[in-house]
Amino acid sequence: MKKQLFALLFALVPMAALAAPAPDVPHSMTPDLNDEASLQRGMQLYVNYCMGCHALEYQRFARAANDFGMPQDLVEENLIFSSELAFNDQMRIAMSQEDGESWFGAAAPELSLHGRLRGPDWIYSYLLGFYKDPSRPTGVNNNVYEQVAMPNVLEPLQGVQEMVCAESDRPIEGAELDPLSGKYQSCEVLQVTQPGKMEPDEFEEAVYDLTNFLAYVGEPSKLQAQALGPKVLIFIFIFGVIAYLLKREYWRDVH
Amino acid sequence: MGNPNRVKAESGIMRWVDDRFPATQFWQDHMAKYYAPKNFNFWYFFGSLALLVLINQILTGVWLTMSYNPSGEGAFASLEYIMRDVEYGWLIRYMHTTGASAFFVVIYLHMFRGLLYGSYKAPRELVWIFGMTIYLLLMAEAFMGYLLPWGQMSYWGAQVIISLFAAIPVIGPDLAQWIRGDFLISGITLNRFFALHVVALPIVILGLVVLHLIALHEVGSNNPDGIEIKDKKDETGKPLDGIPFHPYYTVKDLVGVAVFLFVFCVVLFYFPEGGGYFIERPNFEPANPLVTPDHIAPVWYFTPFYAILRAITFDLFGLEAQFLGVVFMGAAIAVLFVLPWLDRSPVRSMRYKGWMSKVMLALFAVSFVILGVLGALPATSLRTAVAQLCTLIYFAFFLLMPLYTKMENTKPVPERVTG
Repeated sequence: MKKQLFALLFALVPMAALAAPAPDVPHSMTPDLNDEASLQRGMQLYVNYCMGCHALEYQRFARAANDFGMPQDLVEENLIFSSELAFNDQMRIAMSQEDGESWFGAAAPELSLHGRLRGPDWIYSYLLGFYKDPSRPTGVNNNVYEQVAMPNVLEPLQGVQEMVCAESDRPIEGAELDPLSGKYQSCEVLQVTQPGKMEPDEFEEAVYDLTNFLAYVGEPSKLQAQALGPKVLIFIFIFGVIAYLLKREYWRDVH
Repeated sequence: MGNPNRVKAESGIMRWVDDRFPATQFWQDHMAKYYAPKNFNFWYFFGSLALLVLINQILTGVWLTMSYNPSGEGAFASLEYIMRDVEYGWLIRYMHTTGASAFFVVIYLHMFRGLLYGSYKAPRELVWIFGMTIYLLLMAEAFMGYLLPWGQMSYWGAQVIISLFAAIPVIGPDLAQWIRGDFLISGITLNRFFALHVVALPIVILGLVVLHLIALHEVGSNNPDGIEIKDKKDETGKPLDGIPFHPYYTVKDLVGVAVFLFVFCVVLFYFPEGGGYFIERPNFEPANPLVTPDHIAPVWYFTPFYAILRAITFDLFGLEAQFLGVVFMGAAIAVLFVLPWLDRSPVRSMRYKGWMSKVMLALFAVSFVILGVLGALPATSLRTAVAQLCTLIYFAFFLLMPLYTKMENTKPVPERVTG
């Protein structure tokens, strides 16, 4: 039996060695799909700040309302702005791809699957990564996505963030660790220089909610999987116990 | 009525059927009176599990087909439709995607069992060859299935594999174009891959599984000791070390099924992307012929062979490295077919073979795993060197087999099965 377990472990080694490398971004976040309030706030931010340009072609308002515990009339009053969209529709937009290309230089991508394509860490870091750069047509650049075409639409909330020389607790690529203070000296630290409507902590929470929402949109069935999974596993476990007892009974006469 | 030589039920409806169709005879031949060695161990679960996964793939595949749209314009969106709007569509799809990887896990373990206990040796050569053909077709089936989601990795993975055919001298480019049905991978390629994936290949694979089982039941199952249980029979003609497949192995396999399904469902419900190796991240973006992903890696079950392909970085015998890589990759699979004639050992099981066979099998298994890891990573000069060494070991295992299996001293084989 020991040998068999060893063989099984051995067979699993490549899986562990192959575990997907974490994307190289400054922040990380863990989505919490059971936090309905966070998902509601995230959706509210999305329809107010993102949905002007970014459609969610595969996400229905109704599905989100159902999953986040929001009544239909509240959603219709507060989250659906277009008269052409109904409660059961997908979160489509009116802006065409061509307009996007001519206005920003690149069409704003549809974001249904971005939570899975880029991953929540990337989205979270990206949204926190805008900084003032007068050389760019939009006046901002991004430390996760260089030369990005998107303006910092969350600036009214965040305020103006600039890249400055300062100390940071977090490791920064190319930055030297000061052995006395234990901090990194870098000229690539992002700092809010003109406050927006939100305090930095408050803003990070808002971005967390928005990222959480996009993580949900990437795979809404995850909620169903979480609900169904334990039941199926318990069933299979009981089935396994019965199968084992049956086997033991039948094999009693094999010597 | 009917064939008087058949075993028939005494009376009742089964008698009526047996007079017209050999139902009872069939049940006895393949289940109730098919005598299997009583000493099957852990490694013998994977045959029945492969059958279980095959059935899972066929059933979930049929249901996916009901909502899938095999066109360049609609394929990607129809997958999201299945994932979001079809009732339990996500479950059916993840059963299919997880099933594809599970299929290769159980098949690789099943094949390793064959290597370990010499299940390919006479008189089981055809069992092995039918099995190898199933494996080959399974790779084609998986490859074509992977194009269907029409994501970036679907597209570019297929691009890489089809361009392998283009490396063949003289006919290569035309052959690749013939496979694609177009000058580049397009909706036309998607349509033909769909037809092959859901109709042609499953029919052939099912047929071969039947042949695999008929051949197995004709010669009888091997066992961890690699001895013939048919050589020692009691006065009624039953093998002394044999037990009827049903009920003994049907109930035992049920336990294996439960353990397998538990692991399968943990992946299915909690890690359906398999850490980015069952469903690769770039596949969440629709296929775009104009944008190449940063790193194109085949799905994990192809990576050992992909690593062999990339390990060939030099020209040899006037053949260009690119074509030579394809030759080596093909040879890596082809050599498995002739395995029954490479093993010259007087014994079947690794239990009684000499130390050289044991060392070679261990080196082979380790090399195969290392090649699998390397094939998923971007190439560096160090990794290429390691892949070259592993490729050498891979081929040495097979090509030196006639020598080391003959040279080494084997242990005496017991009369009857042990433990």
